[in-house]
Amino acid sequence: MALQHLFIINRSGGLMYHQDLQDEAPRISENDWLLLAGTFHGLHTIATQVAPLASSGIQTVESSSIVVCCFQTLTGIKFVVTAGAGTGGLDGFLHQIYQKYTDYVLKNPFYDMDQPIHCELFTRSVVNTIVAFPSSKR
Amino acid sequence: MSARSHARAGDVAWGRMTKVNGELFALTYGAMVKRLLEDHSEIDEVNEHLEKMGYNIGIRLVDEFLAKSGLPPCSGFVETAEVVAKVAFRMFLGVTADVTGWNPEGTVFSLLLADNPLAEFVELPRQYRTLSYSNILCGVLRGALEMIQYRVEVQFVRDVLRGDDVNELRVELKEIMNEEMSEEYKED
Repeated sequence: MALQHLFIINRSGGLMYHQDLQDEAPRISENDWLLLAGTFHGLHTIATQVAPLASSGIQTVESSSIVVCCFQTLTGIKFVVTAGAGTGGLDGFLHQIYQKYTDYVLKNPFYDMDQPIHCELFTRSVVNTIVAFPSSKR
Repeated sequence: MSARSHARAGDVAWGRMTKVNGELFALTYGAMVKRLLEDHSEIDEVNEHLEKMGYNIGIRLVDEFLAKSGLPPCSGFVETAEVVAKVAFRMFLGVTADVTGWNPEGTVFSLLLADNPLAEFVELPRQYRTLSYSNILCGVLRGALEMIQYRVEVQFVRDVLRGDDVNELRVELKEIMNEEMSEEYKED
């Protein structure tokens, strides 16, 4: 099973970046991308409040058909990936995307912080990370 | 994490970073400072401008540090200071700093830098003796720490270029920023 979608959510819950990670991934309308990002941001924040033990938020959501993996940086940016059930190595994948973000987005002087990402170099590096991702079951 | 593991993490991170020529780095910075001195009439304005430029760098640099150092979150401001001095400085400037001069509350500390790669070839002329040549570093620290919810003020209190024996940056924690709901969402 393979990767489906990538979301990058900023500190205030706005969607900075989204991408279909393979051609067969379910199609999401532009509006739904924004809705999903905002909803996930809200859920993530609520989860840290209601967790019985000290928590840093939602890390994975697993169901019979899908797994959602989230990595929140110490600076408040969330990297979220969805994949088919049973896909492993998602945390590593998100860490690699984070590194690409620090290189191709943050080092671009024409990119404004917390705004939607329209950096060609970043998109290309995401594609390379996907290609290098091992698509085997956990 | 222990002091030794911080030092080792710093060395590993430094090893992984792509390097740039030290002379080019120092000369570029010097050219920029010189240009700022020509553009501003007051030296204080130059100091402020350097700090602002540093801030803009710092807010972006911190994510690269977090992504590439691979360190777990620090246990508090005290550990943050150690990580900044031993890992971050090493990773980006190739030198380590020493953390000293803590106040009793643990909110103010000093970073001592024996070597400052920015100022390697510099002599400050008399008319610029109030210039904080490496003030960009103060801004970088302020910007980087702000993104991890520490609002700080950073000052160069001792500068080798101004005749002191060591470079000292004084970092003062003003506020730990917690996310608050804005007024419109609070229930009465």
